[in-house]
Amino acid sequence: MQGTLRDWRAVLVFVGPALLLYTLILLIPIIWSLGYTLFSGSVITGFKFVGLGNFVQLTQDQKFQSALWFGTKYALVVSSGQVVLGLLLALLYAFYLRKTSVLVRTIVFLPAVLPTVAVGQMFAKLFAIAPQYGLVNSLLHRVGLDSLVQAWLGQAGTAFWVIAAMDIWKAMGFYAVLLYAGLVEIPEEVLEAARLDGAKGWNLARFVVVPLIFPIMISSLIFSLNGTLKVFDSIMALTGGGPGTSTMPLTLYFQKVAFTYSDYGYGSTVALMLALQSLIVTLLIFRRARKDVT
Amino acid sequence: MNKRVGIAAVLALLGLSGLFALAQNNKITYLANDADPTSGRHGLFGRLAQECIKQTGAGITYEAQGIPQTDLRQKLQLLAASNSLPTIFPVDEPSFVTQLYKNGQVADLEEVFKKLGILDKVSPAALVLQKSIGGGKFLSLPLELNIEGFWYNKKLFAAQGLNVPVTWDQMMAAAEKFKAAGIQPFAASGDQKWPLTRLINGYVARKYGPDVMERVASGELKVTDAGFVEAAKAIQDMGKKGYFGQGVNTVDYQTALDTFMQGKAAMFYMGSWALRDFNDPKNKVDINNVGFLNFPVVRGGKGSINDWSINTGIGVVLNAKYDTAADPVLKCVLSNWGDRALAEMGQISGFKVTKTPANLSPLTKATLQKLNTAKSAYLWFEGKMSAKAAAVATDNVQLLVTGDMTPENYMAELQKALP
Repeated sequence: MQGTLRDWRAVLVFVGPALLLYTLILLIPIIWSLGYTLFSGSVITGFKFVGLGNFVQLTQDQKFQSALWFGTKYALVVSSGQVVLGLLLALLYAFYLRKTSVLVRTIVFLPAVLPTVAVGQMFAKLFAIAPQYGLVNSLLHRVGLDSLVQAWLGQAGTAFWVIAAMDIWKAMGFYAVLLYAGLVEIPEEVLEAARLDGAKGWNLARFVVVPLIFPIMISSLIFSLNGTLKVFDSIMALTGGGPGTSTMPLTLYFQKVAFTYSDYGYGSTVALMLALQSLIVTLLIFRRARKDVT
Repeated sequence: MNKRVGIAAVLALLGLSGLFALAQNNKITYLANDADPTSGRHGLFGRLAQECIKQTGAGITYEAQGIPQTDLRQKLQLLAASNSLPTIFPVDEPSFVTQLYKNGQVADLEEVFKKLGILDKVSPAALVLQKSIGGGKFLSLPLELNIEGFWYNKKLFAAQGLNVPVTWDQMMAAAEKFKAAGIQPFAASGDQKWPLTRLINGYVARKYGPDVMERVASGELKVTDAGFVEAAKAIQDMGKKGYFGQGVNTVDYQTALDTFMQGKAAMFYMGSWALRDFNDPKNKVDINNVGFLNFPVVRGGKGSINDWSINTGIGVVLNAKYDTAADPVLKCVLSNWGDRALAEMGQISGFKVTKTPANLSPLTKATLQKLNTAKSAYLWFEGKMSAKAAAVATDNVQLLVTGDMTPENYMAELQKALP
């Protein structure tokens, strides 16, 4: 084996194709995009060198700041929802439903494999107000809560919660399965010993189960945060960033800047900030997790 | 031997690629700003192109593609960057058309039309309008010539004992009466955003006169001036009072149109392209019940009720590098466009009509007459704005209309985005 790995030709054959592909479709565009941050304009209008001008513009751009804040708020709410509800579901599968959980697991997992646009359309109809009430407004109307009938997706405040609910609902089944895989790996003897020591219910979960699946929870959290920080499709499908720009995260903003305002340079700068945000969040979680484990 | 085979293979490949390039050339590609490239106007263009290909015997093919208007800009950027723009394509922003023209990607239609001998087929008004939009150049095909205003339901007005409003105050009083009677006063698509900025546009055109947005573009007026803020407030009041019905920002174009056509809303601000739908045999509402009125005058305003918002719809341009083998087909399609669009869709275009169809609906006739007698015209709100300013104007109007943004802030944000 060692002999094989010392043979550079073998290494080249094994790694070469993947590395080439990776370089072509990932590394070069990333470096290209980094280069754009020093320019303004687009392929149509032509490029102009602006040095660090784009970064200066970031500090004064209120739209950027509100998109950054929206994205962060969204990531915190949705990721917590996805992982916490995922964990609760996993505990339900493993300790309550046990072997009969297959059907429930499948049903709860189902939204994760549905196309986001289709889920978006379904939620848009659920929360519709015009031309006719969707399910939510109809129910409110039926039970006499007409004061709560509203344009859920047409107002900044409520639109946020509808998007959050949709993304939590869509992904919690996935995290539940991930965490459930960790739960079933916990040796029965360990749980038995804990039970003999008098741990049950909340205490068993808090002091025995959760610490044992902690690494999987950290992975889930990193997966989830990086997904939610880079959210695009679900918001695009549901509100398109509106009303106004009130549900616009950084992804939609840089798409708008690059392609609507025809400014690839500033768009790339905003994209770079998003990449940095994702990196920082991941590093923070890693550090925190390492401290907790040791 | 092997060498010979190699050379032969290379030659064959070169030959094939040459053929491929040729096949790409002998084609008219048409991009529609609609997911369905066979709907409405796009369908007529396709039918006409196929007929003309047969008629002229030109050895070319026609291919149509569609893209929803919201994704159009991005698609065009990518196509322009890779130098693969279609033969005929829509561009949603006049500033973008000018940019593409400067880059040599959009044809100067005055030259092309002269070459084809069809410049005299374009109505003079459309030519003036197109040149004003194109910064002195004729760049967009006037496949539509639209006049905008309020379409109103005559039956609903009569039932409430209301006269056609001429002033803004009368219109708001009528709206209040409709609301009290449980009828939605206005149908509007806040999801599309631009139908709402059109109202601000009408208001400021009446306040400052039809050249208002040109004066903003030249820097003579600021949109933070009192008249603009008053316009924004007037539109916000309409939203706050519920004149647009519930959840205006979630209402898409078709829903707004349906609300009006089903008789559930009394008025609908829209361009005359809506005639296509009003004239559609599938339309269940009696077209004779639909009336058309201009934007009312506002108190202390300089604009008159004889100034109309007129435009040629979304710009449709010709690729500067189009294959001239398509010339006979283009000539045939465009020469027939005026008559066919009017006869088959009730659609008024910027091409002269030689045969007025006998079965033209009274509404289309009346609209045509208004278009022909308009004293002066102005463009839509974003007509002279950059892509960024246009995005700010349209995005923020959703917040304005729900009261999430003050009229002062709306105009201040817009002023910041203007050059």
